Amino acid sequence: MRLLTHNMLSSNIKGVTDGFPLKIEAGKVVEKEVDMNTDFLKNIFTKIEWKPFVEAAKTLGYSELPEDVDPSLLDSQDFLTKFHHALLEIHLEEGALVCPETGRKFPVSKGIPNMLLHEDEV
Amino acid sequence: MWYMCVFFHRLLDYRKPEVEALAELFGAFAQDNNGEIHSLEWKLPKNFHPDNPFHFVNIPSEDIARNIAKRSILVKGMYEIWGEGTSYEQLEEAVNAYPDERKLPYLTSENTFKINIDSFGKTFSTQEQKELLQRLAFIPFKGRVDLRNPDHNFWFIEIDKYEANNGLPPIVEKRIFFGREIGAADRKLLPTYQLKSRVYIGPTAMDAEMAFLMANQGLAAPGKFVYDPFVGTGSILVAAAHFGAMTMGADIDIRVVRDGRGPDRNVWSNFKQYGLQEPISLLRADNNLPPWRAGLKEMFDAIICDPPYGVRAGGRKSGGRKLLKGVVGPYTVPDDKRAGHIPSTAAYSLVECVHDLLDLAARMLVMGGRLVYFYPVLREEDSPDPTFPEHPCFKLVAVSEQILSFRYSRVLLTMVKVESYTEKIADTAKAMHLDFKANHLKWLEEGNLHSAVFAPAPTSYKQGENGDSNFSKESKPKYRGKYV
Ligand SMILES: C[S@@+](CC[C@H](N)C(=O)[O-])C[C@H]1O[C@@H](n2cnc3c(N)ncnc32)[C@H](O)[C@@H]1O
Repeated sequence: MRLLTHNMLSSNIKGVTDGFPLKIEAGKVVEKEVDMNTDFLKNIFTKIEWKPFVEAAKTLGYSELPEDVDPSLLDSQDFLTKFHHALLEIHLEEGALVCPETGRKFPVSKGIPNMLLHEDEV
Repeated sequence: MWYMCVFFHRLLDYRKPEVEALAELFGAFAQDNNGEIHSLEWKLPKNFHPDNPFHFVNIPSEDIARNIAKRSILVKGMYEIWGEGTSYEQLEEAVNAYPDERKLPYLTSENTFKINIDSFGKTFSTQEQKELLQRLAFIPFKGRVDLRNPDHNFWFIEIDKYEANNGLPPIVEKRIFFGREIGAADRKLLPTYQLKSRVYIGPTAMDAEMAFLMANQGLAAPGKFVYDPFVGTGSILVAAAHFGAMTMGADIDIRVVRDGRGPDRNVWSNFKQYGLQEPISLLRADNNLPPWRAGLKEMFDAIICDPPYGVRAGGRKSGGRKLLKGVVGPYTVPDDKRAGHIPSTAAYSLVECVHDLLDLAARMLVMGGRLVYFYPVLREEDSPDPTFPEHPCFKLVAVSEQILSFRYSRVLLTMVKVESYTEKIADTAKAMHLDFKANHLKWLEEGNLHSAVFAPAPTSYKQGENGDSNFSKESKPKYRGKYV
């Protein structure tokens, strides 16, 4: 699971009012190179919840991201490289995503978060 | 500029929509980009049937025409026609009258060339081909012939009586064309990506040709983000990734989406096999209860999928069957059983599945983004003309039918997001979602076109024994039309 995905997901258990951001329990973290596409990054930038993104990156051991951002940073190659790396190249292979309200764990195995709810959670 | 667009004689309903989609992708409508949905101008050669392979299309530039042809799957060739006629004399006259400045640059001594001969439903012997070529001696070719890798390909196309049965009405009058090739589909992609040699496939994997057509309808390209909520073995995303898109997929079935058939036989490995960028993300999730955070919207440029309404893979959704039927009271999974618990699921009706898909797309597509998906249609004699799902955020831009049997066909729908997802639309969708849940059984019964479409055929139909059956072999229409 990449951090882009983490930034999109939440715990949608019945009764939970704010299931975002999910806490990350990191087991195995791997890095995989991804071709950089500036247009893609610029589009996605506007959709990212930045604070949770920075926190999630730190949990996975990457702390090069600025705490505060504004769109002008998208002209900086240095920023784009870091953003790209954090967004797409760090991969949670094994671990869990934890609902911030209930503590329910959504396992991540073989890189794939299991977001399916139990029948009493829907 | 008008070009002749010659199609392969297959998937007839998919051919023009593919060219239209690629015209959009390559900027044919760029100059008047006012949010309107545009389409190209088409013409038929005189007396030609609309399902025949030969069409004329007006495309703003040769570069765009070339890009369209090269990226397409169903364009056999895009040609600049230098002349046409009903006889060789007429053809010669027409080519001679075609402006020199359009011809001479391609006929110089520095350029190698090749003349190809083509027809439809007919083949020429070597002797006939030689004779045909001699008829072109009036064209002042100065360059060298290169049969393997010519700078310019020319086509001499003669359409006369068909020898083979191609499902089209007979030719009214012989017609001959001569033109210069602008571009053609790269069909070599198809053997490369054929399912036969794919490492991981399942019973509902999308065949490569259709997957590419779907990716083209979705305008997959570098920098775009494509989502498949019913990803299965990933065959649709493989096609999107081939065209350079970033991809993401989800499926309710963990064995399919995560486990596959082992460490090197799973969805990821299908991308590795072709050297493609692997998906940004694969998820196990239920499209009935999408896991997106509140406020997330307009993430994807296209959503392309084959929803689960077939016999082979009917849809499931979260929530126990008995629970939804009201047979048992709300049930709590015991804490000690949670970790390994396999949530039970209930049948997912066609209407609900489509409702969820349209709601997802309305929310998660960017403006102008595309939803491309299959929809099943009954073909029985007395069934009314099919109507297709509608949504206030979308405009339906392409409908391509593929007949699968006497009883049903599937239709590839392409919808473009033209209005943004408002709170009001979201609330209506939410109310509908709850209604589906509260009246689960009613919706399963009334809303399940899928069972009507895919239930076993009544035996009288199958055997055609009640005399007037429309489905017996004998009454199969001669004109095959969309079967090809
Ligand atoms: C027709 S298949 C699509 C196959 C896919 N195109 C491929 O290449 O393998 C439908 C898929 O939807 C999945 N599915 C069924 N119900 C679902 C749901 N509620 N949410 C998400 N996926 C679901 C099935 O597990 C199946 O893999």
